[in-house]
Amino acid sequence: MSSANPTYRLLIALVLAVALMALDQRSRWGDPIRYAFGYLAAPMHYLAHLPVDTARWVGSQTHSRQELVESSQRLQRQVLILEQKVQRLAVLEAENVRLRELLNSSANLDASVLVAEIIGIDPDPNRQELVINKGGRDDVKQGQAVLDSQGLIGQVVEVGPLSARVLLITDASHAMSVQVNRNGVRAILAGTGQGNRLRLLYVPDTADVRKGDLLVSTGLGQLYPRGYPVAQVVSVSHQSGAAFAEIQARPNAHLDRVSHVLLVQSMEPVSLPDARLPEGGSTETSPAPGHTTSDNVEVPDAAQ
Amino acid sequence: MRLNNERPAGTGVILVTFIVAALLEVMPLSDSLNWVRPDWMLLVLLYWVLVLPHRIGVLWGFFLGLYHDVLVGTTLGQWALAYAFGAYFMLAAYKRMRVFPLLQQSAVVFLLVGSANLLAFLVQESVGRTLYPPYTILYSAAASAVLWRLVCAALRWTQLRFLVR
Repeated sequence: MSSANPTYRLLIALVLAVALMALDQRSRWGDPIRYAFGYLAAPMHYLAHLPVDTARWVGSQTHSRQELVESSQRLQRQVLILEQKVQRLAVLEAENVRLRELLNSSANLDASVLVAEIIGIDPDPNRQELVINKGGRDDVKQGQAVLDSQGLIGQVVEVGPLSARVLLITDASHAMSVQVNRNGVRAILAGTGQGNRLRLLYVPDTADVRKGDLLVSTGLGQLYPRGYPVAQVVSVSHQSGAAFAEIQARPNAHLDRVSHVLLVQSMEPVSLPDARLPEGGSTETSPAPGHTTSDNVEVPDAAQ
Repeated sequence: MRLNNERPAGTGVILVTFIVAALLEVMPLSDSLNWVRPDWMLLVLLYWVLVLPHRIGVLWGFFLGLYHDVLVGTTLGQWALAYAFGAYFMLAAYKRMRVFPLLQQSAVVFLLVGSANLLAFLVQESVGRTLYPPYTILYSAAASAVLWRLVCAALRWTQLRFLVR
């Protein structure tokens, strides 16, 4: 009957598809459908990632004793250096909070993070997206910022039950507010669609932006946490006649090589009494000082 | 393959072939190979429509496309529409298609995959998520046409081995 005339079925499919597109683009009602289908889609990403996982596991099982000793020594040296930096950081942070209080400006935000593994890459060259192995069940929320150890990577744009999609800062449809770390010049950093290129938009020709400048997030837009490194300026060219300078930047994070990422979970204001020296390097996922020692950080008196 | 008067069997096997196709669809490839990634799910769908037109048709295409949408994170309905049209065109052409030599079959597959991809591209363009010019979808269509013979052989073997009808 109807299989003899598939045109009706095509019409049904056409109407359904157009309705779905409108629903997905113009409202949030597409999300429940995605979420439900996510139970079927996420296992595919996990399965497709399995060979990579296995190879990594085999690799980790076949290290020689020599290699392990060397890597352990290297890591110990690294921990020592980082601990020394953290010691200074705690004092600076306390001082910073105190100075901000003097200025009556809001306190810095400290974030706790969730570690996730990248299990998929968008196959479409038109889009720069990743799939991570944490989803709604691990309290991942839409709009969460995603970092790696070097800098910002992007934001969560779609949450499934077992996985989530991350829009990278290099996607052509992505833009965010940044400032030059050296002097605080603000600009909009936009993706180009190429894996390793970003552009600074609408920067006046006379603005003080130089090659090698570090761009950090400003926190404007309420999406990304403030003060994380995002990119480094690689070229600045001034064209006579053009209103804006042509500025290219390279993301700080290793977008093409990274395997684990950090999801910024919550933002809590840093309060002064908690700003203590962390004991050792024993904080695991949270950069917030978790362990406390008896001696408080010396804080300059507010009255002075 | 022509045992149309018998009871349908082997829906599970058909689903498994779609799962394998979906896996190939999200398998990580290098940047340059990504351009020529064949549309595996559409290829498998076209094969099943070709040999079982009374069972696999437009609605299978629609729901398979919807799954593809969630899998790769496109606008819901984008690939659903494309796959529904792909299945529809194949339903219109399957009788001729069966008597075509393989090279001519590949040409038809090129046209079908190309037009389905074009539909998907138009939807993606309208939501502003395209970057490269439309002719880039032809790479994937060409790869699909080249691999049609291989897909055909593998699925023919599966079909005969597991008695799908």
